[in-house]
Amino acid sequence: MDIFWIKAIIILVIFGLSLFVAMYSTWAERKVAGYMQDRPGPNRAGWGGLLQPLADAGKMFFKEDFIPAQANKWLFIAGPCLAMLTALLSSAVIPFGDTLRIDGQEIQVQGIEVNIGILWVFGIVSLGVYGVMVGGWASNNKFSLLGAIRAASQNISYELALGLSLIAVIMMTGSLSVRDIVNTQHGGGWNILFQPLGFVIFLTCAFAECNRTPFDLPECEAELIGGYHTEYSSMKLGFYLFAEYVNMFVSSCVVSALYFGGFNYPFMDKVAEALGNDATGHNIATAIGFFAFIAKALFFVFFFMWVRWTLPRFRYDQLMNLGWKSLIPLSILNIIVTGIGLMFNLRWFSWVAVVIIVAVVAVQAAMKPKAARGILEAAPVR
Amino acid sequence: MQLTNRAKKIDKSEMTLAERMYLPAIAGGMAITLKHFFKKKPTINYPEQKRYLGPVFRGQHILKKDEAGRERCTACGLCAVACPAEAISMVAAERKAGEENLYREEKYAAVYEINMLRCIFCGFCEEACPKQAIYLRHDQFVPVFMSRDEVIYGKDRLVEDMSSRYLREGWK
Repeated sequence: MDIFWIKAIIILVIFGLSLFVAMYSTWAERKVAGYMQDRPGPNRAGWGGLLQPLADAGKMFFKEDFIPAQANKWLFIAGPCLAMLTALLSSAVIPFGDTLRIDGQEIQVQGIEVNIGILWVFGIVSLGVYGVMVGGWASNNKFSLLGAIRAASQNISYELALGLSLIAVIMMTGSLSVRDIVNTQHGGGWNILFQPLGFVIFLTCAFAECNRTPFDLPECEAELIGGYHTEYSSMKLGFYLFAEYVNMFVSSCVVSALYFGGFNYPFMDKVAEALGNDATGHNIATAIGFFAFIAKALFFVFFFMWVRWTLPRFRYDQLMNLGWKSLIPLSILNIIVTGIGLMFNLRWFSWVAVVIIVAVVAVQAAMKPKAARGILEAAPVR
Repeated sequence: MQLTNRAKKIDKSEMTLAERMYLPAIAGGMAITLKHFFKKKPTINYPEQKRYLGPVFRGQHILKKDEAGRERCTACGLCAVACPAEAISMVAAERKAGEENLYREEKYAAVYEINMLRCIFCGFCEEACPKQAIYLRHDQFVPVFMSRDEVIYGKDRLVEDMSSRYLREGWK
Protein backbone atom coordinates (compact mmCIF):
# COMPACT_ATOMS: atom_id res chain seq x y z
CA MET A 1 0.00 0.00 0.00
CA ASP A 2 1.14 3.49 -0.74
CA ILE A 3 2.57 5.29 2.27
CA PHE A 4 0.39 8.28 1.43
CA TRP A 5 -2.80 6.34 2.01
CA ILE A 6 -1.59 4.80 5.26
CA LYS A 7 -0.70 8.26 6.51
CA ALA A 8 -4.09 9.57 5.37
CA ILE A 9 -5.83 6.79 7.30
CA ILE A 10 -3.76 7.53 10.42
CA ILE A 11 -4.63 11.22 10.20
CA LEU A 12 -8.31 10.41 9.74
CA VAL A 13 -8.24 8.07 12.73
CA ILE A 14 -6.58 10.71 14.92
CA PHE A 15 -9.10 13.29 13.70
CA GLY A 16 -12.00 10.95 14.40
CA LEU A 17 -10.57 9.95 17.75
CA SER A 18 -10.24 13.58 18.91
CA LEU A 19 -13.84 14.24 17.90
CA PHE A 20 -15.08 11.02 19.48
CA VAL A 21 -13.28 11.64 22.75
CA ALA A 22 -14.49 15.25 22.78
CA MET A 23 -18.05 14.07 22.14
CA TYR A 24 -17.97 11.63 25.00
CA SER A 25 -16.16 14.15 27.20
CA THR A 26 -19.40 16.12 27.27
CA TRP A 27 -21.13 13.00 28.54
CA ALA A 28 -18.31 12.18 30.95
CA GLU A 29 -18.26 15.74 32.25
CA ARG A 30 -21.87 15.55 33.27
CA LYS A 31 -21.44 12.05 34.62
CA VAL A 32 -18.40 13.05 36.68
CA ALA A 33 -20.20 16.17 37.89
CA GLY A 34 -23.12 14.03 38.93
CA TYR A 35 -21.03 11.43 40.71
CA MET A 36 -19.09 14.07 42.60
CA GLN A 37 -22.34 15.66 43.72
CA ASP A 38 -23.87 12.30 44.76
CA ARG A 39 -26.16 12.13 41.73
CA PRO A 40 -26.19 9.51 38.97
CA GLY A 41 -25.81 12.05 36.16
CA PRO A 42 -27.51 11.68 32.76
CA ASN A 43 -28.98 8.18 32.47
CA ARG A 44 -32.07 8.48 30.30
CA ALA A 45 -30.76 8.48 26.70
CA GLY A 46 -29.42 5.00 26.08
CA TRP A 47 -27.68 2.73 28.58
CA GLY A 48 -26.08 4.91 31.25
CA GLY A 49 -26.95 7.98 29.16
CA LEU A 50 -24.49 6.97 26.45
CA LEU A 51 -26.63 8.46 23.68
CA GLN A 52 -26.70 11.81 25.48
CA PRO A 53 -24.07 13.48 23.21
CA LEU A 54 -26.14 12.57 20.15
CA ALA A 55 -29.27 13.91 21.78
CA ASP A 56 -27.45 17.13 22.71
CA ALA A 57 -26.13 17.53 19.17
CA GLY A 58 -29.61 16.93 17.77
CA LYS A 59 -30.98 19.59 20.09
CA MET A 60 -28.26 22.03 19.03
CA PHE A 61 -28.99 21.51 15.33
CA PHE A 62 -32.71 22.09 15.73
CA LYS A 63 -32.35 25.34 17.63
CA GLU A 64 -32.75 28.66 15.91
CA ASP A 65 -29.48 29.87 14.42
CA PHE A 66 -29.62 33.50 15.42
CA ILE A 67 -27.28 36.19 14.14
CA PRO A 68 -27.68 39.61 15.79
CA ALA A 69 -28.66 42.40 13.39
CA GLN A 70 -25.72 44.62 14.31
CA ALA A 71 -23.18 41.80 14.28
CA ASN A 72 -20.45 41.49 11.71
CA LYS A 73 -21.96 38.50 9.95
CA TRP A 74 -18.88 36.91 8.40
CA LEU A 75 -16.69 37.31 11.45
CA PHE A 76 -19.58 36.04 13.54
CA ILE A 77 -19.58 32.84 11.50
CA ALA A 78 -15.77 32.67 11.35
CA GLY A 79 -15.42 32.73 15.16
CA PRO A 80 -16.60 29.21 15.97
CA CYS A 81 -14.98 27.85 12.80
CA LEU A 82 -11.61 29.24 13.91
CA ALA A 83 -12.06 27.88 17.41
CA MET A 84 -12.81 24.41 16.07
CA LEU A 85 -10.07 24.53 13.44
CA THR A 86 -7.32 25.51 15.86
CA ALA A 87 -8.51 22.99 18.42
CA LEU A 88 -8.26 20.16 15.90
CA LEU A 89 -5.02 21.31 14.24
CA SER A 90 -2.91 21.06 17.38
CA SER A 91 -3.31 17.28 17.62
CA ALA A 92 -1.32 16.86 14.38
CA VAL A 93 2.13 16.70 15.98
CA ILE A 94 1.26 14.53 18.95
CA PRO A 95 2.84 11.07 18.69
CA PHE A 96 0.01 8.71 19.52
CA GLY A 97 2.16 5.62 19.15
CA ASP A 98 5.51 4.26 18.07
CA THR A 99 5.78 3.01 14.48
CA LEU A 100 3.71 0.66 12.35
CA ARG A 101 5.66 -1.77 10.15
CA ILE A 102 3.82 -2.26 6.89
CA ASP A 103 5.53 -3.79 3.81
CA GLY A 104 8.90 -3.26 5.44
CA GLN A 105 8.29 0.44 5.93
CA GLU A 106 8.24 2.09 9.32
CA ILE A 107 5.31 4.50 9.57
CA GLN A 108 4.91 6.72 12.60
CA VAL A 109 1.54 6.79 14.32
CA GLN A 110 1.36 10.56 14.23
CA GLY A 111 -0.19 13.22 12.02
CA ILE A 112 3.06 14.85 10.95
CA GLU A 113 6.51 14.53 12.47
CA VAL A 114 8.10 17.98 12.46
CA ASN A 115 11.29 18.72 14.34
CA ILE A 116 9.71 21.82 15.94
CA GLY A 117 6.65 19.86 17.12
CA ILE A 118 6.12 21.62 20.43
CA LEU A 119 6.44 25.02 18.74
CA TRP A 120 3.66 23.95 16.39
CA VAL A 121 1.42 23.24 19.38
CA PHE A 122 2.26 26.64 20.83
CA GLY A 123 1.61 28.44 17.58
CA ILE A 124 -1.78 26.80 17.14
CA VAL A 125 -2.75 27.37 20.77
CA SER A 126 -1.95 31.07 20.36
CA LEU A 127 -4.11 31.15 17.24
CA GLY A 128 -6.89 29.64 19.35
CA VAL A 129 -7.35 33.04 20.96
CA TYR A 130 -8.54 34.35 17.61
CA GLY A 131 -11.58 32.10 17.65
CA VAL A 132 -12.69 33.58 20.94
CA MET A 133 -11.60 37.13 20.14
CA VAL A 134 -13.22 37.25 16.69
CA GLY A 135 -16.43 35.72 18.00
CA GLY A 136 -16.61 38.08 20.94
CA TRP A 137 -15.86 41.15 18.87
CA ALA A 138 -18.20 40.27 15.99
CA SER A 139 -21.12 39.80 18.38
CA ASN A 140 -21.25 43.58 18.93
CA ASN A 141 -22.15 43.02 22.55
CA LYS A 142 -20.35 44.44 25.56
CA PHE A 143 -20.42 41.25 27.59
CA SER A 144 -19.12 39.21 24.67
CA LEU A 145 -16.31 41.69 24.11
CA LEU A 146 -15.43 41.69 27.82
CA GLY A 147 -15.32 37.90 27.78
CA ALA A 148 -13.15 37.90 24.68
CA ILE A 149 -10.74 40.43 26.16
CA ARG A 150 -10.52 38.41 29.33
CA ALA A 151 -9.85 35.28 27.28
CA ALA A 152 -7.17 36.98 25.22
CA SER A 153 -5.32 38.51 28.17
CA GLN A 154 -5.61 35.31 30.18
CA ASN A 155 -4.28 33.15 27.37
CA ILE A 156 -1.41 35.49 26.61
CA SER A 157 -0.45 35.74 30.28
CA TYR A 158 -0.46 32.03 30.85
CA GLU A 159 1.24 31.16 27.58
CA LEU A 160 4.42 32.75 28.99
CA ALA A 161 4.52 30.52 32.05
CA LEU A 162 3.49 27.55 29.89
CA GLY A 163 6.40 28.12 27.53
CA LEU A 164 8.89 28.80 30.30
CA SER A 165 7.95 25.64 32.20
CA LEU A 166 8.43 23.69 28.97
CA ILE A 167 11.88 25.10 28.32
CA ALA A 168 13.19 22.99 31.20
CA VAL A 169 11.88 19.86 29.50
CA ILE A 170 13.34 20.95 26.18
CA MET A 171 16.68 21.61 27.87
CA MET A 172 16.71 18.09 29.23
CA THR A 173 15.77 16.54 25.88
CA GLY A 174 17.69 18.80 23.56
CA SER A 175 14.94 18.65 20.98
CA LEU A 176 11.68 20.42 20.17
CA SER A 177 10.18 17.36 18.52
CA VAL A 178 7.47 15.80 20.65
CA ARG A 179 8.48 12.35 19.43
CA ASP A 180 12.05 12.90 20.58
CA ILE A 181 10.81 14.09 23.95
CA VAL A 182 8.71 10.94 24.28
CA ASN A 183 11.55 8.69 23.12
CA THR A 184 13.97 10.08 25.72
CA GLN A 185 11.47 9.08 28.41
CA HIS A 186 11.75 5.45 27.31
CA GLY A 187 12.42 2.98 30.10
CA GLY A 188 10.60 4.60 33.00
CA GLY A 189 12.50 7.90 33.02
CA TRP A 190 9.36 9.96 32.74
CA ASN A 191 9.82 13.69 32.89
CA ILE A 192 7.47 14.00 35.86
CA LEU A 193 10.22 12.32 37.92
CA PHE A 194 12.69 15.04 36.96
CA GLN A 195 10.44 18.06 36.52
CA PRO A 196 7.86 18.09 39.34
CA LEU A 197 7.73 21.88 39.57
CA GLY A 198 7.57 22.30 35.82
CA PHE A 199 4.75 19.79 35.65
CA VAL A 200 2.63 21.63 38.22
CA ILE A 201 3.18 24.93 36.40
CA PHE A 202 2.47 23.37 33.02
CA LEU A 203 -0.71 21.72 34.24
CA THR A 204 -1.98 24.95 35.83
CA CYS A 205 -1.29 26.86 32.64
CA ALA A 206 -2.96 24.14 30.57
CA PHE A 207 -6.10 24.69 32.62
CA ALA A 208 -5.92 28.40 31.91
CA GLU A 209 -5.25 27.85 28.19
CA CYS A 210 -8.31 25.59 27.90
CA ASN A 211 -10.47 28.17 29.72
CA ARG A 212 -11.42 25.52 32.23
CA THR A 213 -12.40 26.06 35.84
CA PRO A 214 -10.80 27.50 37.99
CA PHE A 215 -9.72 29.77 35.11
CA ASP A 216 -13.01 29.93 33.19
CA LEU A 217 -13.31 33.70 33.44
CA PRO A 218 -13.96 34.22 29.71
CA GLU A 219 -17.30 32.47 29.99
CA CYS A 220 -18.37 32.92 33.57
CA GLU A 221 -22.14 32.99 33.57
CA ALA A 222 -22.53 34.89 36.80
CA GLU A 223 -20.56 37.94 35.65
CA LEU A 224 -20.74 37.90 31.86
CA ILE A 225 -23.89 35.91 31.04
CA GLY A 226 -21.80 33.48 29.04
CA GLY A 227 -18.89 35.69 28.02
CA TYR A 228 -17.71 35.56 24.44
CA HIS A 229 -20.48 33.23 23.31
CA THR A 230 -23.37 35.21 24.79
CA GLU A 231 -24.82 35.94 21.35
CA TYR A 232 -24.23 32.50 19.92
CA SER A 233 -26.93 29.91 19.51
CA SER A 234 -27.53 26.62 17.77
CA MET A 235 -24.55 24.68 16.46
CA LYS A 236 -22.29 27.74 16.45
CA LEU A 237 -22.49 27.68 20.22
CA GLY A 238 -22.10 23.92 20.00
CA PHE A 239 -18.85 24.40 18.09
CA TYR A 240 -17.47 26.71 20.76
CA LEU A 241 -18.33 24.31 23.54
CA PHE A 242 -17.09 21.36 21.50
CA ALA A 243 -13.81 23.11 20.72
CA GLU A 244 -13.25 23.46 24.46
CA TYR A 245 -13.52 19.69 24.86
CA VAL A 246 -11.23 19.04 21.88
CA ASN A 247 -8.73 21.43 23.45
CA MET A 248 -9.03 19.57 26.70
CA PHE A 249 -8.26 16.24 25.04
CA VAL A 250 -5.34 17.69 23.07
CA SER A 251 -3.81 19.32 26.12
CA SER A 252 -4.25 16.07 28.05
CA CYS A 253 -2.35 14.36 25.23
CA VAL A 254 0.39 17.01 25.37
CA VAL A 255 0.72 16.67 29.15
CA SER A 256 0.96 12.89 28.98
CA ALA A 257 3.43 13.06 26.09
CA LEU A 258 5.68 15.65 27.72
CA TYR A 259 5.63 14.54 31.34
CA PHE A 260 4.17 11.03 31.49
CA GLY A 261 6.19 9.21 28.89
CA GLY A 262 3.70 9.33 26.02
CA PHE A 263 3.32 5.84 24.60
CA ASN A 264 5.95 4.41 26.95
CA TYR A 265 4.73 2.14 29.69
CA PRO A 266 6.53 0.05 32.33
CA PHE A 267 8.13 -3.20 31.11
CA MET A 268 7.44 -2.31 27.48
CA ASP A 269 10.77 -3.76 26.36
CA LYS A 270 9.89 -7.15 27.86
CA VAL A 271 6.45 -7.02 26.18
CA ALA A 272 8.03 -6.12 22.85
CA GLU A 273 10.55 -8.95 23.27
CA ALA A 274 7.79 -11.47 24.01
CA LEU A 275 5.83 -10.35 20.95
CA GLY A 276 8.79 -10.89 18.68
CA ASN A 277 10.52 -8.64 16.26
CA ASP A 278 8.52 -9.43 13.11
CA ALA A 279 6.00 -6.99 11.63
CA THR A 280 2.95 -8.37 13.48
CA GLY A 281 4.64 -8.42 16.85
CA HIS A 282 5.98 -4.93 16.36
CA ASN A 283 2.56 -3.62 15.33
CA ILE A 284 0.88 -5.25 18.34
CA ALA A 285 3.48 -3.69 20.65
CA THR A 286 2.76 -0.33 19.01
CA ALA A 287 -0.97 -0.84 19.55
CA ILE A 288 -0.42 -1.54 23.26
CA GLY A 289 1.66 1.64 23.47
CA PHE A 290 -1.11 3.53 21.70
CA PHE A 291 -3.66 2.37 24.25
CA ALA A 292 -1.29 3.23 27.10
CA PHE A 293 -1.05 6.74 25.68
CA ILE A 294 -4.82 7.05 25.32
CA ALA A 295 -5.28 5.78 28.87
CA LYS A 296 -2.93 8.45 30.19
CA ALA A 297 -4.63 11.15 28.14
CA LEU A 298 -8.07 10.05 29.33
CA PHE A 299 -6.88 10.13 32.92
CA PHE A 300 -5.94 13.77 32.42
CA VAL A 301 -9.31 14.47 30.83
CA PHE A 302 -10.81 13.06 34.01
CA PHE A 303 -8.42 15.18 36.03
CA PHE A 304 -9.63 18.31 34.21
CA MET A 305 -13.20 17.44 35.16
CA TRP A 306 -12.23 16.48 38.68
CA VAL A 307 -10.68 19.92 39.20
CA ARG A 308 -13.60 21.65 37.55
CA TRP A 309 -16.10 20.15 39.95
CA THR A 310 -13.91 20.83 42.98
CA LEU A 311 -12.58 24.37 42.70
CA PRO A 312 -14.38 27.67 42.51
CA ARG A 313 -13.41 30.30 39.94
CA PHE A 314 -10.58 32.76 40.56
CA ARG A 315 -11.23 36.44 40.68
CA TYR A 316 -9.63 38.29 37.77
CA ASP A 317 -6.92 40.04 39.80
CA GLN A 318 -6.10 36.76 41.52
CA LEU A 319 -5.76 35.14 38.12
CA MET A 320 -3.35 37.78 36.92
CA ASN A 321 -1.39 37.74 40.19
CA LEU A 322 -1.03 34.00 40.02
CA GLY A 323 0.09 34.06 36.41
CA TRP A 324 2.52 36.97 36.46
CA LYS A 325 3.75 37.05 40.04
CA SER A 326 3.90 33.36 40.90
CA LEU A 327 3.99 31.05 37.90
CA ILE A 328 6.41 33.01 35.71
CA PRO A 329 9.04 33.57 38.47
CA LEU A 330 8.66 29.95 39.55
CA SER A 331 9.17 28.66 36.02
CA ILE A 332 12.24 30.87 35.57
CA LEU A 333 13.55 29.46 38.86
CA ASN A 334 12.84 26.00 37.49
CA ILE A 335 14.84 26.74 34.35
CA ILE A 336 17.81 27.98 36.38
CA VAL A 337 17.75 25.01 38.73
CA THR A 338 17.40 22.55 35.84
CA GLY A 339 20.26 24.29 34.06
CA ILE A 340 22.51 24.00 37.11
CA GLY A 341 21.54 20.34 37.35
CA LEU A 342 22.34 19.71 33.69
CA MET A 343 25.73 21.41 34.11
CA PHE A 344 26.68 18.80 36.70
CA ASN A 345 24.74 16.08 34.87
CA LEU A 346 22.19 15.71 37.68
CA ARG A 347 18.81 15.16 36.01
CA TRP A 348 16.87 15.09 39.30
CA PHE A 349 18.23 18.47 40.40
CA SER A 350 14.86 20.19 39.95
CA TRP A 351 13.70 18.38 43.08
CA VAL A 352 16.06 20.60 45.03
CA ALA A 353 13.86 23.57 44.18
CA VAL A 354 10.76 21.67 45.27
CA VAL A 355 12.36 20.59 48.54
CA ILE A 356 13.52 24.13 49.26
CA ILE A 357 10.07 25.56 48.55
CA VAL A 358 8.37 22.96 50.74
CA ALA A 359 10.91 23.52 53.52
CA VAL A 360 10.49 27.31 53.42
CA VAL A 361 6.72 26.99 53.44
CA ALA A 362 6.74 24.51 56.30
CA VAL A 363 9.11 26.62 58.38
CA GLN A 364 7.10 29.76 57.72
CA ALA A 365 3.89 28.01 58.77
CA ALA A 366 5.53 26.66 61.91
CA MET A 367 7.02 30.04 62.78
CA LYS A 368 3.72 31.85 62.64
CA PRO A 369 3.33 33.19 66.18
CA LYS A 370 0.63 31.64 68.29
CA ALA A 371 -0.65 35.12 69.07
CA ALA A 372 -1.27 35.82 65.39
CA ARG A 373 -3.46 32.76 65.22
CA GLY A 374 -5.53 34.14 68.05
CA ILE A 375 -7.14 37.01 66.12
CA LEU A 376 -10.53 35.46 66.19
CA GLU A 377 -13.56 37.27 65.03
CA ALA A 378 -17.13 36.30 65.55
CA ALA A 379 -19.10 35.66 62.40
CA PRO A 380 -22.82 35.01 62.53
CA VAL A 381 -23.88 31.46 61.80
CA ARG A 382 -27.04 31.10 59.80
CA MET B 1 -19.34 41.97 72.16
CA GLN B 2 -20.92 38.58 72.09
CA LEU B 3 -24.69 38.71 72.19
CA THR B 4 -25.54 35.11 71.45
CA ASN B 5 -23.65 31.84 71.56
CA ARG B 6 -24.57 31.04 67.98
CA ALA B 7 -21.61 32.91 66.53
CA LYS B 8 -18.72 30.86 65.15
CA LYS B 9 -15.17 31.99 65.81
CA ILE B 10 -13.04 32.31 62.68
CA ASP B 11 -9.35 32.92 62.21
CA LYS B 12 -8.81 36.19 60.38
CA SER B 13 -5.07 36.40 60.92
CA GLU B 14 -2.74 36.71 57.96
CA MET B 15 -2.39 33.50 55.96
CA THR B 16 0.84 31.53 55.97
CA LEU B 17 2.65 30.72 52.74
CA ALA B 18 1.25 27.22 52.80
CA GLU B 19 -2.26 28.61 52.94
CA ARG B 20 -1.56 31.17 50.25
CA MET B 21 -0.08 28.54 47.94
CA TYR B 22 -3.55 26.94 47.63
CA LEU B 23 -2.04 23.60 46.65
CA PRO B 24 -2.51 21.80 50.00
CA ALA B 25 -6.07 23.07 50.21
CA ILE B 26 -6.71 22.06 46.59
CA ALA B 27 -5.44 18.55 47.30
CA GLY B 28 -7.73 18.36 50.31
CA GLY B 29 -10.71 19.52 48.30
CA MET B 30 -10.02 17.07 45.54
CA ALA B 31 -9.79 14.23 48.04
CA ILE B 32 -13.26 15.18 49.25
CA THR B 33 -14.76 15.21 45.76
CA LEU B 34 -13.10 11.91 44.93
CA LYS B 35 -14.58 10.39 48.07
CA HIS B 36 -18.01 11.53 46.94
CA PHE B 37 -17.30 10.15 43.46
CA PHE B 38 -17.21 6.61 44.85
CA LYS B 39 -20.04 7.07 47.32
CA LYS B 40 -23.33 5.23 46.91
CA LYS B 41 -25.83 7.56 45.27
CA PRO B 42 -29.00 8.24 47.24
CA THR B 43 -30.99 9.01 44.07
CA ILE B 44 -34.21 7.08 43.47
CA ASN B 45 -34.75 6.74 39.71
CA TYR B 46 -38.43 7.58 39.95
CA PRO B 47 -40.41 5.82 37.25
CA GLU B 48 -38.41 2.61 37.67
CA GLN B 49 -37.90 2.74 41.43
CA LYS B 50 -40.49 4.04 43.83
CA ARG B 51 -40.10 5.17 47.36
CA TYR B 52 -42.44 3.65 49.98
CA LEU B 53 -44.53 6.59 51.10
CA GLY B 54 -45.87 5.16 54.34
CA PRO B 55 -49.22 3.62 55.32
CA VAL B 56 -50.99 6.97 55.69
CA PHE B 57 -50.05 8.50 52.34
CA ARG B 58 -53.09 9.96 50.55
CA GLY B 59 -52.99 8.95 46.90
CA GLN B 60 -55.66 8.02 44.40
CA HIS B 61 -59.21 7.49 45.64
CA ILE B 62 -60.85 4.11 45.65
CA LEU B 63 -64.53 3.16 46.13
CA LYS B 64 -64.36 -0.01 48.23
CA LYS B 65 -66.55 -3.07 47.80
CA ASP B 66 -67.35 -5.48 50.61
CA GLU B 67 -66.22 -9.13 50.82
CA ALA B 68 -69.10 -10.26 48.63
CA GLY B 69 -68.13 -7.80 45.94
CA ARG B 70 -70.99 -5.34 46.56
CA GLU B 71 -70.39 -1.61 46.43
CA ARG B 72 -70.47 -0.01 49.85
CA CYS B 73 -71.30 3.52 48.74
CA THR B 74 -74.88 4.63 49.39
CA ALA B 75 -74.57 8.05 47.73
CA CYS B 76 -75.32 9.84 51.01
CA GLY B 77 -73.27 12.81 49.84
CA LEU B 78 -71.39 13.32 53.10
CA CYS B 79 -68.07 13.15 51.26
CA ALA B 80 -69.19 15.83 48.82
CA VAL B 81 -70.26 18.01 51.74
CA ALA B 82 -66.96 17.46 53.55
CA CYS B 83 -64.90 18.17 50.47
CA PRO B 84 -63.31 21.64 50.85
CA ALA B 85 -62.45 21.78 47.17
CA GLU B 86 -65.89 20.70 45.98
CA ALA B 87 -64.34 18.05 43.81
CA ILE B 88 -66.90 15.28 44.38
CA SER B 89 -70.28 14.99 42.72
CA MET B 90 -72.68 12.06 42.53
CA VAL B 91 -76.09 10.96 41.34
CA ALA B 92 -78.00 8.56 43.58
CA ALA B 93 -80.22 5.74 42.35
CA GLU B 94 -82.43 3.05 43.88
CA ARG B 95 -81.37 -0.56 43.78
CA LYS B 96 -83.62 -2.70 41.56
CA ALA B 97 -84.60 -6.26 42.38
CA GLY B 98 -81.88 -8.67 41.26
CA GLU B 99 -79.10 -6.15 41.86
CA GLU B 100 -78.48 -7.31 45.44
CA ASN B 101 -75.15 -8.82 44.44
CA LEU B 102 -73.97 -5.45 43.06
CA TYR B 103 -74.94 -2.97 45.78
CA ARG B 104 -74.98 -3.60 49.50
CA GLU B 105 -77.83 -1.27 50.40
CA GLU B 106 -81.03 -0.06 48.73
CA LYS B 107 -79.50 3.19 47.54
CA TYR B 108 -76.31 3.48 45.50
CA ALA B 109 -74.31 5.96 43.46
CA ALA B 110 -75.23 5.63 39.81
CA VAL B 111 -72.64 8.30 38.97
CA TYR B 112 -69.70 9.15 41.21
CA GLU B 113 -67.18 11.63 39.89
CA ILE B 114 -64.06 13.23 41.37
CA ASN B 115 -62.46 16.14 39.59
CA MET B 116 -58.75 15.47 40.11
CA LEU B 117 -57.83 19.04 39.19
CA ARG B 118 -59.87 20.28 42.13
CA CYS B 119 -59.01 17.55 44.59
CA ILE B 120 -56.41 18.56 47.17
CA PHE B 121 -55.98 15.05 48.63
CA CYS B 122 -56.89 16.19 52.13
CA GLY B 123 -58.63 12.92 52.96
CA PHE B 124 -61.72 14.56 54.48
CA CYS B 125 -63.99 12.40 52.28
CA GLU B 126 -62.41 9.33 53.81
CA GLU B 127 -63.06 10.69 57.30
CA ALA B 128 -66.62 11.71 56.49
CA CYS B 129 -67.72 8.41 54.93
CA PRO B 130 -70.04 6.48 57.31
CA LYS B 131 -69.97 3.36 55.18
CA GLN B 132 -66.17 2.95 54.81
CA ALA B 133 -66.69 3.25 51.08
CA ILE B 134 -64.15 5.83 49.96
CA TYR B 135 -60.45 5.70 50.76
CA LEU B 136 -57.33 7.42 49.52
CA ARG B 137 -54.98 4.60 48.76
CA HIS B 138 -51.42 4.80 50.05
CA ASP B 139 -49.78 2.82 47.26
CA GLN B 140 -50.85 4.63 44.10
CA PHE B 141 -50.61 8.16 42.76
CA VAL B 142 -53.11 9.85 40.50
CA PRO B 143 -51.15 9.64 37.26
CA VAL B 144 -50.25 12.67 35.16
CA PHE B 145 -52.97 13.71 32.77
CA MET B 146 -52.30 15.18 29.35
CA SER B 147 -55.80 16.35 28.36
CA ARG B 148 -58.86 17.72 30.12
CA ASP B 149 -61.01 14.64 29.38
CA GLU B 150 -58.83 12.56 31.65
CA VAL B 151 -59.24 14.88 34.61
CA ILE B 152 -62.65 13.75 35.89
CA TYR B 153 -62.50 10.26 37.34
CA GLY B 154 -65.78 8.35 37.10
CA LYS B 155 -66.82 5.06 38.64
CA ASP B 156 -64.96 3.18 35.93
CA ARG B 157 -61.66 4.32 37.42
CA LEU B 158 -62.63 4.58 41.08
CA VAL B 159 -64.46 1.36 42.00
CA GLU B 160 -62.30 -1.35 43.50
CA ASP B 161 -61.26 -4.26 41.31
CA MET B 162 -62.10 -7.50 43.15
CA SER B 163 -59.17 -9.34 41.56
CA SER B 164 -56.66 -6.99 43.21
CA ARG B 165 -58.26 -5.63 46.33
CA TYR B 166 -56.80 -2.66 48.12
CA LEU B 167 -55.52 -3.48 51.59
CA ARG B 168 -54.04 -0.90 53.88
CA GLU B 169 -51.52 -1.90 56.53
CA GLY B 170 -53.29 -3.22 59.63
CA TRP B 171 -56.38 -4.34 57.70
CA LYS B 172 -57.26 -7.98 57.36
